[in-house]
Amino acid sequence: MTGNSFSVSGYGPDRAGWTRVFARDSLARRLDWPILLSAIGLSLIGSLLVFSATRNRTEINQGDQYYFLIRHLMNTGIGIALMIAVIWLGHRTLRVVVPFLYGASVFGILLVLTPLGSTVNGAHSWIVLGGGFSLQPSEFVKITIILGMAMILAARVDAGDKPHPDHRTVLQALGLASVPMMIVMLMPDLGSVMVMVIIVLGVLLASGAPNRWIFGLLGAGVLGAIAVWQLHFLDEYQIARFAAFANPSLDPAGVGYNTNQARIAIGSGGLTGEGLFHGSQTTGQFVPEQQTDFVFTVAGEELGFVGAGLILVLLGVVLWRACRIARDSTELYGTIVAAGIVAWFAFQAFENVGMTLGIMPVTGLPLPFVSYGGTSMFAVWLAVGLLQSIRVQRPMSA
Amino acid sequence: MTNIPETGRTPRVQIRLVVIQILVLSLLGTLGGRLWYLQIREGAAYQKEASGNHVQQVVEPAVRGSILDARGVPLADNETRLVVSASRTDLLKQADDGKAVLTKLSGVLGLKPADVIQKVRLCDAKTPQPCWNGSPYQPIPITDEATAKQALQIRERAEDFPGITAEPEAVRRYAAPGDANAAQVLGYLSPVTDDEITQAKDSDSPYLRSDQVGRSGLEREYDKELRGKAGVTRYEVDNLGRVIGKANSDAAQPGSNLVTSIDARVQRVAEYQLDKAMKTARQQFDKITGENYKADSGAVVVMEAKTGRIVAMASAPTYDPNVWVGGISAKDYKQLTGKNSDYPLLNRAIQGQSAPGSTFKVVSTAAAVEAGYKWDGGYPCTSSYSVGGQVFKNFEGENFGPISLGRALEVSCDTVFYGLADSQWKKDGGINPKKGEPKDYFYKAAHQFGLGKTTGVDLPNEVTGRIPDRKWKQETWEANKAYWCKTGKKGGTYVQQIAYENCLEGNKMREGDSINYSIGQGDTLVTPIQEAMIYGALANGGTEYVPTIGKAIVSADGKTVTEIKPKVKAKLPISAATHKGIDKALAGVVTSGTAAWKFQGWPQDKIELHAKTGTAEVYGKQTTSWFATYTKDYTVVMTIAQAGTGSGASGEAVRNIYNAMYGVQADGSIDKKKAMLPTPQTSLPKVRADGTIASPKITADPAKELEKQQEKATEGGVTPADDTQQPAIAPSPSTTNSNTRRRPRRRGSRRMLT
Repeated sequence: MTGNSFSVSGYGPDRAGWTRVFARDSLARRLDWPILLSAIGLSLIGSLLVFSATRNRTEINQGDQYYFLIRHLMNTGIGIALMIAVIWLGHRTLRVVVPFLYGASVFGILLVLTPLGSTVNGAHSWIVLGGGFSLQPSEFVKITIILGMAMILAARVDAGDKPHPDHRTVLQALGLASVPMMIVMLMPDLGSVMVMVIIVLGVLLASGAPNRWIFGLLGAGVLGAIAVWQLHFLDEYQIARFAAFANPSLDPAGVGYNTNQARIAIGSGGLTGEGLFHGSQTTGQFVPEQQTDFVFTVAGEELGFVGAGLILVLLGVVLWRACRIARDSTELYGTIVAAGIVAWFAFQAFENVGMTLGIMPVTGLPLPFVSYGGTSMFAVWLAVGLLQSIRVQRPMSA
Repeated sequence: MTNIPETGRTPRVQIRLVVIQILVLSLLGTLGGRLWYLQIREGAAYQKEASGNHVQQVVEPAVRGSILDARGVPLADNETRLVVSASRTDLLKQADDGKAVLTKLSGVLGLKPADVIQKVRLCDAKTPQPCWNGSPYQPIPITDEATAKQALQIRERAEDFPGITAEPEAVRRYAAPGDANAAQVLGYLSPVTDDEITQAKDSDSPYLRSDQVGRSGLEREYDKELRGKAGVTRYEVDNLGRVIGKANSDAAQPGSNLVTSIDARVQRVAEYQLDKAMKTARQQFDKITGENYKADSGAVVVMEAKTGRIVAMASAPTYDPNVWVGGISAKDYKQLTGKNSDYPLLNRAIQGQSAPGSTFKVVSTAAAVEAGYKWDGGYPCTSSYSVGGQVFKNFEGENFGPISLGRALEVSCDTVFYGLADSQWKKDGGINPKKGEPKDYFYKAAHQFGLGKTTGVDLPNEVTGRIPDRKWKQETWEANKAYWCKTGKKGGTYVQQIAYENCLEGNKMREGDSINYSIGQGDTLVTPIQEAMIYGALANGGTEYVPTIGKAIVSADGKTVTEIKPKVKAKLPISAATHKGIDKALAGVVTSGTAAWKFQGWPQDKIELHAKTGTAEVYGKQTTSWFATYTKDYTVVMTIAQAGTGSGASGEAVRNIYNAMYGVQADGSIDKKKAMLPTPQTSLPKVRADGTIASPKITADPAKELEKQQEKATEGGVTPADDTQQPAIAPSPSTTNSNTRRRPRRRGSRRMLT
């Protein structure tokens, strides 16, 4: 890899070799290292936790205790490569192809609804590629919604025409977001829909859209939730999950089992945990989906308050820096994209960790960087790439 | 685009971005707080829960200790049987709650489907026995008498019998050595209930779900010692119950063995003789009721006089305690406890109480001496005693003239005691006693003898009996006066009349009450074990011992032997001289008193026997017979309800028990070789090195063998009665030697006021 591939045209003097990479105004120097290091740290911790959760589960690891460890590291590597690609391309370049990316991702989720899609844990949101690989296109939709909305909302503001997006623009943006959301709703993948709703809110907030849209959307969300509940739009398992959240002792052997066992696992960790690979709840496989949705319980049990707290701190660093990037971006487009990513990561992390701690209902959302899962890993690293790209492309004068 | 200044973004967006940032951080803060709460504040509780989560206990029940007789013969031990059990949890998983499987199973076992289904239902307030009293998670035994073939059928077709298992298990066996049943003494076991588990949770001997608990008799009294401690192997398991490791385990500790003072042979003889005496009594005609005696229940106690140890204790009617093993059937349970049963679960030796009749006169004699009456006072034994126009008669009106207290005891002269009690009643102030404590010598003596309270025998649920003293009368009157006053009617039926009188002054000690009381009639109640304790004390010179059956607890390995020492309960309130007088008088009962007709030819010079007969009246029923006896070493007390006089109903039987113990032959000679227990067994059975206890062989039925020997020895002679050969044995003794009985209590004659 040469320095050339990292240098973005029009920025800094051209130098050769590694010295150029780390030169004063070089790209590497301008990267947001706290985000990068935190994300790598989270991914590595994740790989250990996934390893601990799966090394004895012969029924899913094909007899190879490193099966999931290797794959998680591989996914991380691919994710980092995707990030580099995004930085290299630059988000402005990508801005041009947003309509195409949007179209491709929507096509992807439409494919899921065809017989090509398959159902995992009640959510019909997967495309199995064979060879142990599968994709969850709704993960990419989260990115394309952010990009698409940002493109529409920022177009006239960045051009200097208006200080804020007008009603028509907002309507267009909402229309763009609602199409994939409805498709995902049909899968049904309620968790992803919830993430997208939060993303839309975050994007609208950051775009400077009129207040009435923000509050109107919040009101609509509440009404929609009531309607969904009243019209029995939800599946049995979704209602059951929610009921178990509201009262986990309701059915400890059935629906409440997950939350109960998760809480026992985390609670029993104490300050320093039982030590990696030594958690009895983890070894005994009492917590279901422990390498994916409930991966935080492994951290809680085996690494204790210290280890689980570290994960929260690293997530905090990522989110904090992402907020800064949003505030520092010279264009509204970058601000909106960064804010959308913040809303996405923050909600997904809060929902995922919250459900293992028993303060949020159970939905199938992965913990960014930590949970096992290729598509999700690729998506979050792509998002990191976008954040980095926004940061490196701000004017030096700032 | 770089020409757009950073400040170009509006303040609205800037403010909103700050809001987002604050929101995001507060969300993370919430997670951190919750994490702290779960892991640090509540961490200990969750750690406990987690360890309970992944540890499974496999319980290996402890082998229950045996109950042995004084020589080591097992009265209750364990045997291996094929037990077929059903798991409720598995049955309930089936569509029809396992009905089909149980029906199929009943076919294999040859049982009725309904019986099998009843056995596996759970007990609750609305469900009558049979039902499962134990934990619903524990396999429920359906039968422990499966044949090897049946067990094979079930095990080979396991897929046809989901939830059903057939395993060899150690189950309780009541071996009945030499046909000695001892059902009520031994008691029985049944599964532990949820309540008991909860109660015993934090005690030093908690129950396990699979435990069987002693419910009655020695099994209950010594449950803790016999039960041992179940072994627990703890496995670490995963969520599917697969074993992933082994945690600390406790090996099972077998229960200790209980050596009792019971001698299985004497026990058998006592049971046999009691049964025979009852059968004989049923052939006897009762002149008062105009029908044969019913002899519906009885008890006998054989006790070592110098220690209070019980050598034999029998209660009739009895039952086979093995019906409890492996769960009792509905039919059996009803037979044992139903309204129409004769309540064979009751141990009538400690739970049967009735008026003591003339056997109580030893207490009255002691009371009279205490009250200051001279032993050789020359008390008039008239044929009747009149009080206020009411006549209290000696039974069949005999008249011995002025006699001593000793002679009065010997011939059981009621009128002497009437006179003494009546004069004491008057001294105490009559119906309205003077201020201050009435002396009440006769009642005090009864309390001092230990009546009116339990003896403390090592069996559960002993009853107290009753001394109808002033306090009791007051309490009873307060409790019942409302009812009495409502139902009482002057000049009505007998019951109405009594209720009327009780309503007026049931709280007062009436003259007739005291008179009746002095000869053990009226409201006084005693148990056979109390009588045995009193007569045992007379035998040993005046010391009452707490009756005991347990003699020693021997740990399963035989290394620890804890002896249960005799305990002194009280000293009889009599002087040496009085004791001597009573002793002599009671010996006289055998030689020339009320029991003499049953003890002709008894070797009194070699084995000095003392006795007192008693016949207690029960309203609306036939009289209860009492026979209390002692030698220098043993006390034998027998009572039979609705069986006539003490000597008539029990004389023969008690003599046969002594014959067996001392080896007395029919001709009065003593064959020491044939004596079962000429002196009490003092030593404990030998404990072998491996902890097992040596037990001597015992013949199939000592009682019947003994009887045969006696028959042979006296071929053609005066044979002791055998109910099958001589149904109607000498019914009526001569009037001079056997009157213990008062005029039947009828037409209100018991009461002073009519």
